Amino acid sequence: MTRATLLKDLRMEWRSKDAINSMLFFALLVVVIFSFAFNPTAEESRRIAGGLIWVAFLFAAVVALNQTWARELRNQVLDAYRVSPAPPNALFLAKALGNFLFVVVLEALMAPLFVVFYELRSVGPVWQLIVVALLGTWALVVNGTFFAALSIRTRSREIMLPLILFPVSIPALLAMVDATTSILTGEASPDFWLKMLAVYDVVFTAVCLLLFESVLNAE
Amino acid sequence: MKNIFIAFIVLTLGLLAYSTYQGLFVAPTEQTMGEVQRIFYYHVPSAWTAGVCFFVNFLASVVYLWKRNAAGDALAAASAEVGVTFCTIVLITGPIWARPVWGIWWTWDARLTTTLVLWLIYVSYLVLRRFSAGGQAQVLAAALAIFGFVDVPIVYMSIRWFRTQHPSPVMGGGENSGLDPAMLHAFFWNLVAFTCVGIVLMVLRYRLQILEEKVEATHAAAALQGDAR
Repeated sequence: MTRATLLKDLRMEWRSKDAINSMLFFALLVVVIFSFAFNPTAEESRRIAGGLIWVAFLFAAVVALNQTWARELRNQVLDAYRVSPAPPNALFLAKALGNFLFVVVLEALMAPLFVVFYELRSVGPVWQLIVVALLGTWALVVNGTFFAALSIRTRSREIMLPLILFPVSIPALLAMVDATTSILTGEASPDFWLKMLAVYDVVFTAVCLLLFESVLNAE
Repeated sequence: MKNIFIAFIVLTLGLLAYSTYQGLFVAPTEQTMGEVQRIFYYHVPSAWTAGVCFFVNFLASVVYLWKRNAAGDALAAASAEVGVTFCTIVLITGPIWARPVWGIWWTWDARLTTTLVLWLIYVSYLVLRRFSAGGQAQVLAAALAIFGFVDVPIVYMSIRWFRTQHPSPVMGGGENSGLDPAMLHAFFWNLVAFTCVGIVLMVLRYRLQILEEKVEATHAAAALQGDAR
């Protein structure tokens, strides 16, 4: 069930490329606007890049997250899921994994642009950045997928998602930004932040899986 | 039941009068901070009451998700609103005190930041309640309440690490390493009085919520019967 839904979403995305294109263009705009706003030197940019990168990815991820459940509303697909005997968490995991892949692809495509535009050169080991990216993306996406399922049921759903997602994501965002900055500048160890992100991921994945069934079946 | 509650309101008002008198007139003036220190008698009890409200909100949300009873949801709504109110008081009285004592309105210290994030989370909870309709609103809100409550310790931990790494220039001026007994007395009675005010407000708001739901249900039933008044 998880695999079927995931493959279906990936195939749809592969054919339409809606989410990835809008995310890419959005993130690109953020990068350009930030470089106008701050106009940093190489040394400065190493300090602020952690914040810039993650804010850009956060905003871009919201674009994709908002579309997660929207296509299931058409033709009452979500209701069909609800009456089907498939476990709700399988559906949730498929959606979260799909979003995770979209955002990771986005990050992989955007990372070279950041390097070019901000003359980034990491002082710390680069593989740690990849760990931060994977843990951080999951932190954003698992809560984002869940909250997208909340916000799809409300009025003005597009604006609702960031309103409820950002406050809860503040510690994850802080961990991502600080881990990235400490790796880029090589001044501090990112170990605490990596552990922190791992804890955040585990805790909130558990909470999401615990509560998703009630939210899916909410009348 | 109603008489007991009225008696409790009267008791709360009495307590509030007594504790205000204690805090403003009886408690000694602090040596270095002066009169402005008296805001402590309102600031900390408000923070405590906000904490109690958010805890009630969490418990009520869990009970609602488990039992699906209207009472649990109404209590969750009431406690979140009262909690946000007291949290707002904390965030306003804090800077009023900090400005003369620390010389700045605000610092991104662990407790301040955690309180601000807490406030943001519960405001987003109230926004979600306002923007969703019908029976599903309650489930969605209860789910978000649990997320918010789980988030608070994580926020506190991360910010503490974040700020203790870079020591801030205004760490001094923190309160009570040993409070004067007269101050402790005033503080204690304010704590009791504010908690009672919080309970009174929560109960009133809870009853209002139940009434609102009844009115809505009556309207819906009337509309179903084609009874357009």
